[in-house]
Amino acid sequence: MAQISCQNLTLGYNGRVVLENLNFSVNSGDYLCIVGENGSGKSTLMRTLLNLQPPLGGSVRLGDGLSFKDIGYLPQQTLVQRDFPASVREIVLSGCQSRCGLRPFYNQAEKALAEQAMEKMQIGHLARRCYRELSGGQQQRVLLARALCAARRVLLLDEPVSGLDPKVTAEMYALIEDLNRREGITIIMISHDVVAAVQYASHILHIGPKIFWGGKEAYLQSGMLNVARGGAQ
Amino acid sequence: MSAIMENLTTYLQYPFVQYALIVGVLIALCSSLFGVTLVLKRFSFIGDGLAHVAFGAMAVASVLNFSNNMFFILLVTMLCAILLLHTGQNTKIKGDAAIAMLSVGALAVGYLLMHLFATGPNLAGDVCSTLFGSTSILTLTSGEVKLCVALSIIVVCFFIFFYNKIFAITFDEDFAKATGSRADLYNLFIAVIIAVIIVLAMNLVGSLLISALIIFPALSAMRIFQTFFSVTVCSAVMSVSCSLGGMVLSVVGGTPVGATIVAVQIAAFAAACVVGKVLRR
Repeated sequence: MAQISCQNLTLGYNGRVVLENLNFSVNSGDYLCIVGENGSGKSTLMRTLLNLQPPLGGSVRLGDGLSFKDIGYLPQQTLVQRDFPASVREIVLSGCQSRCGLRPFYNQAEKALAEQAMEKMQIGHLARRCYRELSGGQQQRVLLARALCAARRVLLLDEPVSGLDPKVTAEMYALIEDLNRREGITIIMISHDVVAAVQYASHILHIGPKIFWGGKEAYLQSGMLNVARGGAQ
Repeated sequence: MSAIMENLTTYLQYPFVQYALIVGVLIALCSSLFGVTLVLKRFSFIGDGLAHVAFGAMAVASVLNFSNNMFFILLVTMLCAILLLHTGQNTKIKGDAAIAMLSVGALAVGYLLMHLFATGPNLAGDVCSTLFGSTSILTLTSGEVKLCVALSIIVVCFFIFFYNKIFAITFDEDFAKATGSRADLYNLFIAVIIAVIIVLAMNLVGSLLISALIIFPALSAMRIFQTFFSVTVCSAVMSVSCSLGGMVLSVVGGTPVGATIVAVQIAAFAAACVVGKVLRR
């Protein structure tokens, strides 16, 4: 059974429709890349999936016993965060917030979970450092570690490699692939980088005037890739 | 020097001076705790805006001759705080513009009302003392002090109990919402508490200077410290000591309370900048 399924989804904001008639579903262990041009509604789709804004029509259903508390999210960095005085540990630990419910403080298990997440992202040595002093790649790892604390089953990523140099980009992709392969975490990722999307993803959702949803092989045969590349140029 | 000390000890024996010190310290503590969040959420001016709203509300209350001013002012300020913090992110008029609009609007309407329905002979003096807080902190009754102590305890307890949640929604509201936290509810609580703090602080420094109480300690602490926890603690300590120092100075020197406290905070901020520069090297 699908973890997330969207039926006849219509997206937009302030009453303006961006995307219509979207149908797709995500199964456990999938690696779905959402590609499309700027303004095609990728971020709107992700906000709708995360229940941050209501769909204009259609429905998003969570299945397979999934709840919002099982979902981790790596947003794009905001202006506020860039000079935020907080240590890496404080930020990663805040990913455990949804596990707390009304309990005011974190327990031992949650602290251990945060340590594990930092180790996985290889930022354990930075735990006491201040977030605003880190490099872009390190900051992205911190946010990914935080997302891991929240993600028990599904991880949504919004352009995780934007603004990173090629070497750090490759490392990020490797980390994400590792989470998908080894830990079986479902990945849903927005990407500008169609080439990398095709390389790592198991499924592709291409949104725009023409919508494609399906496995990677089918996508490669559909000729949409050339459309996407043409659009990027 | 010993003459000044003697002078001070004489003053400290008066209950109204003791009341002023107690209330001043509590208000400084409360406002600095939430100041960190407001500054980081880019809402530094919310204190200013809400204080002006409180000023307008006070004018309305005195024109309508309400028996309990405090309650009415608190209610109006809370409503505006909820409006600003709750819808601030996604309205057509962006957060800072909305605050500016509400702030000057309330100030103008408040002054207009006070002018049209002037109750006392000294209008300019009345307005000046509500805006700059002049001496009302020294005329508190024991009932008002008790109310202030009770509200402060509630505010501090709320902050400690929800510390981690406040951190989470300050750092990243969307993430908190997306992963199933009730960020909207916590925002609402924060808005209500800010309103309470503002109305309390009006007694101490007056409407125009409240934002200093909220933003200076947080900004000073951020120059020196690097983690949210240490910034919060430092901000509280700094705020309390500046207010205490400012009040003592104003009692000894006969200067206006609010302005003296803010002057001390400016000095502390300058010192924090220097310390921060030295530490970074």
